[in-house]
Amino acid sequence: MQITLSINGETRSAEAEPRTLLVHVLRDHLDLTGTHWGCDTSNCGACVVLVDGEPVKSCTMLAAMAEGHEITTVEGLARDGELDPVQQGFFEEHGLQCGFCTPGMMLTARALLNENPNPSDEEIRVAISGQICRCTGYANIVRAVRWAAEHEAGATAGEEAIA
Amino acid sequence: MQVPAPFEYVRASSVGEAIDLLERLGPEARLVAGGHSLLPMMKLRLATPEHLIDINPLAGELGDVREEGGEVRIGAMTRHRDVLESELLVRRFPIMRDAERRIADPPVRNRGTIGGALCQADPSEDLSAVCAALKASVVIRGRGGDRVLDMVAFHRGPYETAVGDAEMLVEVRVPVRPHGGSAYEKVERRAGDWAIAAAGAALWLDGATVADAGIALSAVNPRGVRCERAEQALVGRPPSEEAFAEAAALAAEDCDPIADQRGSAEYKRHLARELTHRALRRAAERTLAS
Ligand SMILES: Cc1cc2nc3c(=O)[nH]c(=O)nc-3n(C[C@H](O)[C@H](O)[C@H](O)COP(=O)(O)OP(=O)(O)OC[C@H]3O[C@@H](n4cnc5c(N)ncnc54)[C@H](O)[C@@H]3O)c2cc1C
Ligand code: FES
Ligand code: FES
Repeated sequence: MQITLSINGETRSAEAEPRTLLVHVLRDHLDLTGTHWGCDTSNCGACVVLVDGEPVKSCTMLAAMAEGHEITTVEGLARDGELDPVQQGFFEEHGLQCGFCTPGMMLTARALLNENPNPSDEEIRVAISGQICRCTGYANIVRAVRWAAEHEAGATAGEEAIA
Repeated sequence: MQVPAPFEYVRASSVGEAIDLLERLGPEARLVAGGHSLLPMMKLRLATPEHLIDINPLAGELGDVREEGGEVRIGAMTRHRDVLESELLVRRFPIMRDAERRIADPPVRNRGTIGGALCQADPSEDLSAVCAALKASVVIRGRGGDRVLDMVAFHRGPYETAVGDAEMLVEVRVPVRPHGGSAYEKVERRAGDWAIAAAGAALWLDGATVADAGIALSAVNPRGVRCERAEQALVGRPPSEEAFAEAAALAAEDCDPIADQRGSAEYKRHLARELTHRALRRAAERTLAS
């Protein structure tokens, strides 16, 4: 079937069987290989993308089910060559080692900060609790998200002051 | 890489259309809601439907939580996340939040639905025990109209419910009764995992005594969800530690755990007793706050 998706603000189409999972359409049909695929059991969270702004495991959603929804992948985080504060935070705080879990972690962090600009460490940990990192021990991921929150909070406060 | 076997995909845009499609496509058609039980089963080829009817477009029609006619009504497409975050549910039935915080993880909760959870009827699933403890009923819709069943009639055993061919679950109804309290206790091996054992309890008081009780277990109870002997042992008595210990012992006696990679039958029976006791104690504390 023809599957038409809205990904990072662009309309993309692929010819794929109905059984094709979203993660495979992204990676194999559309060459968006930033989204990773790490298990067959819906447990690891390497495949997390945002669907209408919410983290979703793209290995557990048919691509066909994503039609009509806004998909954000890691390729959509940076804007005009500027890293998203979340990406900058992972860089500053050494939030990754091998990088396998990183796209999913960053998207979840982005969704969290959109809803809750000043999360506690506990809230950050709950938000990423469906995603496994085999390298960092999570501590630096939590710091990276906090870094982003702190730097974004400053930016927002500035905007409000101007408004 | 595991992928489902081939199938035809169709989207339903209303409950009526979903029922028509089920009728027309026959027993090899399955509904897909959140897909977080069905798609993993299809990847393992434990389920090989020929047609998949996507009911996600019904998230608006079947996706709200509201209080009406002395009941809280939860649409079948309400996602775990919305159950978790519903102020109305937290206020009325704190057992829901207790359970939802421990079901899977946030991305799974963003997709999985209460209707899918109850219809999957996995023996380790949490919301069936929650709904059973609260003495909820479910509304099943077919061409002939609606049927309203209690959880005992609905939940027939592992992976089996009263939903017939060309029928679907549309709503869960939880009665609002005075002086109630409820709680859920679960032990799992790691965050986000299925229960080794879990217990849900609800109490309704009449003055200083228990007017009614609901007790239900998950993961240790292949035959049914409610523990009626344990419930009966509480009625008419003050909500005391002795009464709770007695009821918990009965619940443990009546459950039927099996040994598996999550633990031995003895360990699970021990948990059933301890978790029932703790859930009753916490439910009682909450009746005072209600
Ligand atoms: C990694 C992981 C961990 C999990 N951990 C837990 C846990 O700890 N506790 C727990 O309780 N659950 C857990 N789950 C299950 C999760 O909660 C599922 O989302 C839920 O059980 C099924 O809901 P769904 O909407 O995804 O159903 P689906 O997978 O879409 O459907 C399940 C079944 O119900 C049928 N169905 C769906 N909706 C209806 C309807 N309205 N009427 C009739 N039939 C219908 C489908 O045809 C299918 O047979 C976990 C899942 C995953 C992937
Ligand atoms: S690939 Fe592991 S959860 Fe999706
Ligand atoms: S950085 Fe290697 S898995 Fe997280």
